[in-house]
Amino acid sequence: MEILVCVRRVPDTSENEIELNPAGNDIERDELVYSINESDNYAVEEALQIVSRVGGKVTVVTVGGDDDEEILRREMAMGASHGVLISDDAFSGSDGRGIATILKAFAQKGQYDLILTGVQADDGAAQVGGMLAAMLDYPFASLVNSIEVLEGRKLKISREIEGGNKEMNEIDLPCVLSIQTGINEPRYVGMRGIRQIASVPIPTFSASDLGVDPAAVGQAATKVKRVDYFVPAVGRGAEMLHGSREEIVDKVLELVAAKGGLK
Amino acid sequence: MVGNYSPARIAEWLVPGRSLFLAIHILGVACFSYIVARRLVPLFRAKRDFRFDRPLTRLGTVLKFWLGQWKHPRYKTAGIIHLLIFAGFILLAIRAFSVLLVGVSETLVMPGFSEGVGHTYNLVTDYAATIVFLCMVAAAIRRLVFKPARYAVPARYGKAHTADAIFLLGLIAVLMVADSLFSASEAAAQTQQGAPAEALAVLSLPWMLKAALVSASLPTLRSLYVGAYLLHALTFYFLLCYRPFGIQFHVETSLFTIYFAKLDREILKPVRWGVPDERLDQVKSFGVKTFEDFTWKHMLDFYSCADCGRCSDNCPSNAAGRPLSPRFITIKARDYAFQHYPVIGRSNNSKPLIGNIYSDDEIWSCTTCGACEEECPLLVEYIDKIVDLRRGMIDDGNVPQSLQKPLKALESRGNPYGKLEKKRADWTRAQDFQQTCQVKTIDGNNGADTLFFVDSITSYDDRMQSIGRATARILDHVGENFGILGAVEKDSGHEVRRFGEEMLFLALRDQNVDAIKASGVQRIVTADPHAYNALKHDYKDVPPVEHISQVIARGVRTGNIQFSPVEDPNKVYAYHDPCYLGRHNQVYDDPRDVLDAIPGLKRVEMSRCRDRSFCCGGGGLMLFYEPKEEERMGVKRVRMAAEAGANVIVTACPFCMTNIEDAIKVAGMEGKMTAIDLAELVDQQIVRESSPKESELAVCGG
Amino acid sequence: MPRIFAYIVHKDGVVDDSATELAFAARKIDPSASPVAILTGWGAGLDAACDTLRSSFTEAWKVASEPLVYPNAELVRKALVKVLPPGSILLVSHDHFGIDLAPGLSIKMNSAFVSDVLDITGVEGPQLNVVRQEFGGQVSAHVRCDISSGAVVTIRPGAFKAPAGASAGGSVVDKSSDVGVLSAKRRYLETLVPEVGDVDITKHNVLVSIGRGIQEEDNVALAQELADELGAAVSCSRPVVDAKWMEKSRQVGSSGKTVKPKVYLACGISGAFQHLAGIKGNPFIVAINKNPKAPIFQVADIGIVDDLLEFLPQLTNRVREMRCVAAK
Repeated sequence: MEILVCVRRVPDTSENEIELNPAGNDIERDELVYSINESDNYAVEEALQIVSRVGGKVTVVTVGGDDDEEILRREMAMGASHGVLISDDAFSGSDGRGIATILKAFAQKGQYDLILTGVQADDGAAQVGGMLAAMLDYPFASLVNSIEVLEGRKLKISREIEGGNKEMNEIDLPCVLSIQTGINEPRYVGMRGIRQIASVPIPTFSASDLGVDPAAVGQAATKVKRVDYFVPAVGRGAEMLHGSREEIVDKVLELVAAKGGLK
Repeated sequence: MVGNYSPARIAEWLVPGRSLFLAIHILGVACFSYIVARRLVPLFRAKRDFRFDRPLTRLGTVLKFWLGQWKHPRYKTAGIIHLLIFAGFILLAIRAFSVLLVGVSETLVMPGFSEGVGHTYNLVTDYAATIVFLCMVAAAIRRLVFKPARYAVPARYGKAHTADAIFLLGLIAVLMVADSLFSASEAAAQTQQGAPAEALAVLSLPWMLKAALVSASLPTLRSLYVGAYLLHALTFYFLLCYRPFGIQFHVETSLFTIYFAKLDREILKPVRWGVPDERLDQVKSFGVKTFEDFTWKHMLDFYSCADCGRCSDNCPSNAAGRPLSPRFITIKARDYAFQHYPVIGRSNNSKPLIGNIYSDDEIWSCTTCGACEEECPLLVEYIDKIVDLRRGMIDDGNVPQSLQKPLKALESRGNPYGKLEKKRADWTRAQDFQQTCQVKTIDGNNGADTLFFVDSITSYDDRMQSIGRATARILDHVGENFGILGAVEKDSGHEVRRFGEEMLFLALRDQNVDAIKASGVQRIVTADPHAYNALKHDYKDVPPVEHISQVIARGVRTGNIQFSPVEDPNKVYAYHDPCYLGRHNQVYDDPRDVLDAIPGLKRVEMSRCRDRSFCCGGGGLMLFYEPKEEERMGVKRVRMAAEAGANVIVTACPFCMTNIEDAIKVAGMEGKMTAIDLAELVDQQIVRESSPKESELAVCGG
Repeated sequence: MPRIFAYIVHKDGVVDDSATELAFAARKIDPSASPVAILTGWGAGLDAACDTLRSSFTEAWKVASEPLVYPNAELVRKALVKVLPPGSILLVSHDHFGIDLAPGLSIKMNSAFVSDVLDITGVEGPQLNVVRQEFGGQVSAHVRCDISSGAVVTIRPGAFKAPAGASAGGSVVDKSSDVGVLSAKRRYLETLVPEVGDVDITKHNVLVSIGRGIQEEDNVALAQELADELGAAVSCSRPVVDAKWMEKSRQVGSSGKTVKPKVYLACGISGAFQHLAGIKGNPFIVAINKNPKAPIFQVADIGIVDDLLEFLPQLTNRVREMRCVAAK
């Protein structure tokens, strides 16, 4: 099975507070470190596990700049056969639809039976996979948390739905799936693995390589634009409740209800 | 000789006796040589190991640990029994050869054995055989009646080893009886014939047998004489050839295991012997993945293990019910070697060890505390093997998710929490601390003589920052011109290396070494034994390093540090030895001296202290790993302190503090037991001209 | 102003709670709009669901087709493409179904897509201004969306709480005939429900989380009773698992599960970093702890210094009373 995994490099914000830049149009990125989006990493691991069971190759692709090569190498160190960087000045500022358009052009240049994405990036909208599928006219499933390859170019998949339930589906290949974290246990990639892959050349595709109309992508073509960032007003430290226990209980329930915590 | 019959002649009616015994000898020796040669096969397919240096030091090790049986008396009963057996064996070994030779040639005498010496020697061996025989009986009774817990084989590791042990004890007993009977029947016959009999040692086994046989007929004695000889020879060769199939192989291999034992215990085995760090990239596979990835010395360890169970008896992971028992790390590998490198048949190619004989959790469960190695009478190495197995798992990407996050954070941020580098020195900026003590960050403008290497947990963990501040105040008090590296300090990488991520460790080390060199300091002080061990042994070309307890002890000795008395008369202190301060670096006395210098401080020792200290649960990345266990090591440790009558545990390591404070809560002993770091206690009790604000021992935890 | 539709999820004749939220969100886009509810399905359940929507929508479009009996996003998308007028704005709840449906639908409708919207600040010409969150809720962003060719907007569940409104007295319009034959390359098979007792704390909106402060195994029941009343699950911190009072699967933290509830009642949890690392999505944290210096109060929204073992039963009783009153 030929599998394409679309990945993205995102700032790793898990342990650190995010601050805004003075202009307020972006977060302060100087101190941030970047890594592959978490669910994308699960998607790559899943792809590797599928090919280890049924054979095939895994290609990892990202739309970005030279800095993004690092995550391609990391995923190649995990075992992906190919890493591809799609990079063009015309692509900068693309919204989800733009990214999906670029990926569609790339996907059509190959013969992929299965295309995987992560379910969502920290600064994303859980959109590219579904859009890409619609553009390719492939079936799509989101929040996938298990994949079983069936006979006759089909997969049996489960989706993570409410209450820990699993929605079981059968889906025809080729298809696009967005992978939920926890579907597997991604393997560790140490410094050694990355170094061994450090000198492997990464092919780069531009808009003209892919035959993408520059007018259909990039900043100018966006329908959705972020105007600015702001920090939601959250007070530091808890508001300590005082008074009799009854008063406190009532106050707690009032607040909890307001936050949707009461049935 | 019995009458006119020597054993060589007595069987002449069947085959020429000499030929029979010669055949037995040749066959026995040939079998043994063949078996040993087969046992050596994997050692030649193993990885390299440099063990041929410093022969004199190695000879010293042999004298102390092999001939001197140095570690054995750590377990009194078993140790004494072993000492006696060992001494008996050494004495009897010479005798055994002479007895064997008698069968081949009457005229052959052990060289150097003149009449008188030989006579004395015979008396000694009579007793030796008797003592060994009695030891066998005692050992068998121990095994069968008293059943020391450490010999038990948990179900997951297979069947009990008792039957095999008893069989072997029995064989040795038979050997002793046969030997004694041989002497006794000869002496009895001589006495009967009025010949000057060989004097037997009074009350020895041969002496008693002779007393029983003295009235037996000459032909009976003759038969006994020859029979005993035959039994002795057969048992001897059976044992010789049977030993390489089990734990008794150590009789042959222990000498070599101890001669080739690791001399620099504190230095971790390199990824590959003979491959310098800068060429590691060219090594195809890291660590131990298959059996052949072990070094030959490590394989020799597997052969040499006597299954005494002392390692596991002292292993905190085993005690806590984690799926690790060092004894079975060895036994399983040995069984694997026997199975895949059989004496008869083809050696077959090996499968990966992880998933077949070892489990992931088993290998990740080790805290590298070193209790097993401290105890092993044969100096078997465990930490290097565990680390090598982990290197293999890291190389295969087989790492628990709970460890992947901190490893990635260490790679990108230099600390396992993923916290910002610029916040590494935030602990110095606590307001009331800053008023009493200014900690400078060493840079181009601010030089210092001494570097306080803080390391990650003390830098970032709210609770442990208090240890950092106490340390800084102590350094300030003793007049050190010190500073910290601040944002450029990286994690020491101590656990990174011990968790098998060598390349990441090297990266962290190199960054730290560059920063330390650039700082121009003359010495390094740290309050973290893990950092101390890393800087002292894992790093090269850095200034000398001390743990803060050593600095304090010196301050106490020179009178630079003086203490006010302990106010609470109800407090009883017990010092918990951190593994990497105590066992791995032998700093046992300095912290105790410091405590004893505090007026009015009541101190007790836990039964497991000093080199038998019981690990708190492990530091560094071990805090992120979630072992399967029945009871936390820390909880066990806290109970040990309570049993010793203590209500304050003093330690000298931020990881110990984390584990012990957590354990106090888990054990439900809040209010009954507290923990304090040595630096915090010293900071609290130190007499200053103007004393600092109240020490900040906030209650924390999760 | 384009027409605003709200796709309503329903099950067994009962509409999802998000219906009123979508209606409210639609009014935030255009206060004068009369948004249209759109429902797909088959059989009596669909009819019943349409009926209930009369109170909150002036119009409900019913799309009945047998293949739509289970909401398969691919089939629903195909149906909606046929039913929705070009240039419409469609609101969908940002849940597992919305995530499945909305992005692809926006492509097929050739309209803009904006997801997981927390607030709508208005419309300026062809621009819809909304608020989203990024980086796990650490920062918010003002986002401008071009709605000139319509839009598909997913709405964060719970973000738009409508005040109780009067009946809209709506009518049901049957649009089933527009749909035609539907087939999909993805087929729903079944829904697997985890075994009873196997609570997945990562899936709950409300967690009653207990720490050391619970003191004894028997006291876990106090938390469970409260959770039962709240329809919540009980989670815990590591010491509780260590003590074997709860399963490992209930543990929140770096070594346990990562949870994203809306409300987190931290009961007797001191708030160690390892525990907090498991709480994502910026929930409303209520911390109850005896120790006023417990670090949990740094991160909680509401703090109560009290004895858990006395506070919890009282809270449970009060919830019970309120439910009784509500039931009358």
